[in-house]
Parts: sequence; C-alpha cells; structure tokens
Amino acid sequence: MSVLQLHYDVPGDDFTRAGEASSAIKNKLKQMGIAPDAIRNVAIATYEGEINMVIHANGGTIDVTIDADSVSLVLRDTGAGIPDVELAMREGYTTAKEEIRALGFGAGMGLPNMKKYTDEFELKSEVGKGTEVRMKVFLKK
Amino acid sequence: MISLMKQIEKYDNFFHSISLVTESCKGCINCLKRCPTEAIRVRKGKSEIISEYCTDCGACIRVCPHHAKKATFDSLDSMNEYEYKIALPPPELYAQFNNLDDKALVLNALILLGFDDVYEVAAAAELVSEITRKLLKDENTRLPVISSACPSVIRLIRVKFPNLVDSISPIVSPMEMAANAAVKLAMLRTRLPREKIGVFFIAPCSAKVTEVYAPLGVAKSQIDKAVALKEIYPKLLPLMKKIAAGEAENEFPREINKAGRIGISWGCHGGEAGGLLTDKYLAVDGIENVIKALEDLEDSKFMNLEFIELNACSGGCVGGVLAVENPYMAKVKLTTLRKYLPVSGTHIDEAVPPYAYHDKKIEYQPVYRLGETLEESINLMNTVDELIKKFPGLDCGCCGAPTCRAHAEDVARGVASEKDCIHIMRYHFYIAEGLKAHEN
Repeated sequence: MSVLQLHYDVPGDDFTRAGEASSAIKNKLKQMGIAPDAIRNVAIATYEGEINMVIHANGGTIDVTIDADSVSLVLRDTGAGIPDVELAMREGYTTAKEEIRALGFGAGMGLPNMKKYTDEFELKSEVGKGTEVRMKVFLKK
Repeated sequence: MISLMKQIEKYDNFFHSISLVTESCKGCINCLKRCPTEAIRVRKGKSEIISEYCTDCGACIRVCPHHAKKATFDSLDSMNEYEYKIALPPPELYAQFNNLDDKALVLNALILLGFDDVYEVAAAAELVSEITRKLLKDENTRLPVISSACPSVIRLIRVKFPNLVDSISPIVSPMEMAANAAVKLAMLRTRLPREKIGVFFIAPCSAKVTEVYAPLGVAKSQIDKAVALKEIYPKLLPLMKKIAAGEAENEFPREINKAGRIGISWGCHGGEAGGLLTDKYLAVDGIENVIKALEDLEDSKFMNLEFIELNACSGGCVGGVLAVENPYMAKVKLTTLRKYLPVSGTHIDEAVPPYAYHDKKIEYQPVYRLGETLEESINLMNTVDELIKKFPGLDCGCCGAPTCRAHAEDVARGVASEKDCIHIMRYHFYIAEGLKAHEN
C-alpha cells in the first residue's frame, strides 16, 4: 500500500509563521482528495499543536503519514514539558503568558481540541525534556 | 459576438466568460504569474486557462500588457430580441459619472437608450440586506455567514474550501433578486409571456457575466443578457446630457429610482456588511486577501464574527474589470451620491419571496486533487515530491507553469515534460557540449 510522508519544522516564537505547517498539510490533503470533514479535523489538530509548539516549546517538528486508512500525526518538541497532563487537558486551563493571550492565543483549548478532533490521541511529556503528541484521524471508506 | 450559450453546452458548470485573443497572446508569463488560483499555463506559446480552476476574477485581463485576455459579454443589439426590455443597473454604474447628485439621471438615460423599465440592483440589494439581517438573528443559523454576492469568491470556495461551502449565505445575490422582482412586475404589468421579456444586467465584471450564464446556487438565472458596464457607459453620457438640458421628450417611469444608502453602498468594499447593522463583520477585498482570509476562516482563526463580506476585486464591485472609473475615485463618488439619499428605499412588505433563496445546493468540487483515488493521489504526490528536487525552485514560469511545484504536478499528471524546464534543458545542453555542467 502506498504511503505519503510529510515532515515540517515549526520555528519557535515567530507568530507570523505560526500555522504555516498546518496550512501546508491542509492543502496537501485537499490534493489527496480526502473527505472535507477529515481535512478539517486534521487541520484543527495540527494547527492547535503547531501553536502550542510556538508558544510553549520554542518550536518543534510535525510528521504526517497518509495511507489508505488514516492520517497519522506526530508532533515533537524539546520544550519545557507538561508537569500535570491531566490538568493541561482540561478545557480552559492555560499557562500562556498574558501578552500571548492578548494576541488571541492561549485560551486553554489547544490540547482539548486536539483530542476532540482526532480518533486516537496519545500524549507523552517529560518535564525539562519535551512533549510528543501522536494523533490519528481515520478515513471513512 | 460568439454565442455564450454554445460555450456553456461545452463546459457545463465550468463555463467562463474570459477568453483568449489568440493572435494577441505573446506567450509571456504576466497572466501566468498573477492568476490567484494557478489556473493558467502557457502551452505552445499561448496562454491557456484550466477551466476547473478559473474563478473568472479578471486578474489576467487586468495584467495582460497585450490585451490578449478579454471578457465576453452580450452586445446591446440583443435588445432587439425582446418585446419588453428591463435594465438592471448595479450601484457601481452610478459611480462612473462626474458630479452626479441624482441617480435618476442615469436611470432615465437607460429608458432613453431603449429600455422599457429599469430595476435598480441596489434596490434589490436592500432586500437582500434585510433578509440577511433576519438570517443572522435566527438562532438556527451557523455563524459566521459568508456573503453569496461575489460569484468569483463563490467559485473559489467551491473548489478550494470544502469546509466553508455550507457557510455561504442561502440568499441569492442582489442581481438575481432584482431580476426576479423585475420579471414578476413586468409580467403583471404587460401580461406578456416570459420569453418576450428581456432582462439585461449591466455587468461590472467578468465573474458576473459567468454567473448569468452558469449560475451557482440557482438552477437558472432570471437574467437573460449580460451587457458590459464599459460598453453602456459611453452611450449613456450624451443621453444624460440631453435629459439634463431638458431636451428629452420621453416620459420616465416614476418609481424606478428606489434605492437608498444601504443599496448604493453595496457598490464598494464594506458596503454590504455595513447594511447588516452589526459590528461583528469582516470585509475583505482583493482576491489574494480573500484567499488568505478564507484560509484563516477555515482554520477557525476568526472568532465572534456574524458575517463575512468578500470581494474578489480591490475596492469592491467598483473595481470590476468591466468598470471604467478608478475604483477608489468611484468610491468617493458613491459616498457623495449617498449623502442625498434615505437610509433604505426598499423593504420586504409581505413574506420573503421564495426566489430570495438558492434553489440549488452549491457543492464542493475537488478539482485540485491529483488522482482519481487516494492510492493514485499518494503515488502522484510522491512522484511530485521527487520531481520537485530536480527543479531549481525559482518559480520563473518559463516552463509554462506558474511555480516549480505546479510544473512538477503537471509532469506527474503526464501533461507536461520535465524538459520544459529551461534550467534542466540548460544542464542537458552543457552535457551535450561536453562542458562542465553549470553548478546550478
């Protein structure tokens, strides 16, 4: 079975470029002829993850694997890590700085949305080392 | 004038009103590089439009230095085909004239030109504004609602933004609203059968000509002919002078001058949204800006908005490719004209007429997908990613495609050759000459 792999580097602390990778992924999925609702789910999940990496982790990487059944996403960063994952997953919980929230980011919906819009969601984080999020969106046949 | 109807039969719902004057086309890359949807290729020295990607925005017409791209439209002679003729002037028309303080002068000049009746598109626009205000207040409406007025934007959404198709307003555009209202009125007044009544829209742009012949959202347009604003403009000037001098003997219908400020404002960027009496709107003009806004909207980056007005042309409809006056000057003129008008001249008296709503669903058309199946698309995308490494990434356009990526996609699809790239050709030339290959 054919597989398409995409890799993106997300720069840290540059809000003018935040969303560039998720936008590129979204446009690739459109070219793949993937169903609109699956595109939306992947786009939201990657966008939220990308923003998180920009705000909290000084950037990171996004790896996308597309096959006949699913779109798999792996987001990695070497940022500060999340001390309390359960708390971080709560809607509205945020540790974003005031100046970032003033930009309209950091509403505390990033991780909850990533979970909500994907079929599989797994988060591993180690304080001081970084965070890895693995997500999967299944494609309906 | 070529028959527009014949072209539609050929292209179905991807009919376009923009065509090429083959002998004028030099095969340069001006249009290629400026097309916002990458719909142009230069093949065999001539510019070609990929029908499925084109949104009739008119960018190529504006930038072609050789005037090889032209908008097709109906000639005024087609008035002879009908017994009773109605003109539908858009508010942009009023913005073309100097020192106009009463638009009745323009409307009466249309009567003098030979029309039996005039129905202002701006008057219908006020009805659209009123119905939209109700729509935004309805708790069942999913916000934000995207304006359905710019046909170029609707065409863009249906091929590029699958998740926004359902956000397009279900209400028809003012031109269609005006046509329906005018036809109803004319049939009542004249008792003529529909086919003897000719509805003539004065189009400010190519996209609206397309919308008449291959509408989206409605199965069939009630507009019969689309004439160009730039063609009617010079014909109106002497007639307006004649009326102003009191030399016209015609009797002018009294009720044709209906539209107020809200309707007139639709002619410029921000006018449509302004008529909704809410602050929670976004108004974007210029096709490049529109694409960016739609990208952001698709990613749910915009919060707390009720309405989104999008105009493919900079400045709004006054910036249409068939308009004469500079769009920013046109805006000044509309602002002056507005001063003397009531807020709104028309209102929905009874129930909202059924023709105010779309009767045909606008469907997403995945024309940009690479293959027929996902498997095929994945294979093609892998081929594209391999090919692209060979190209210099200059996006020079010399191969006939707008970017190296677009060229790689064309090669993968089998419609272009790697060697169309002059940089690859140069490399082969060096090898053939036994020279050291260029470092690039």
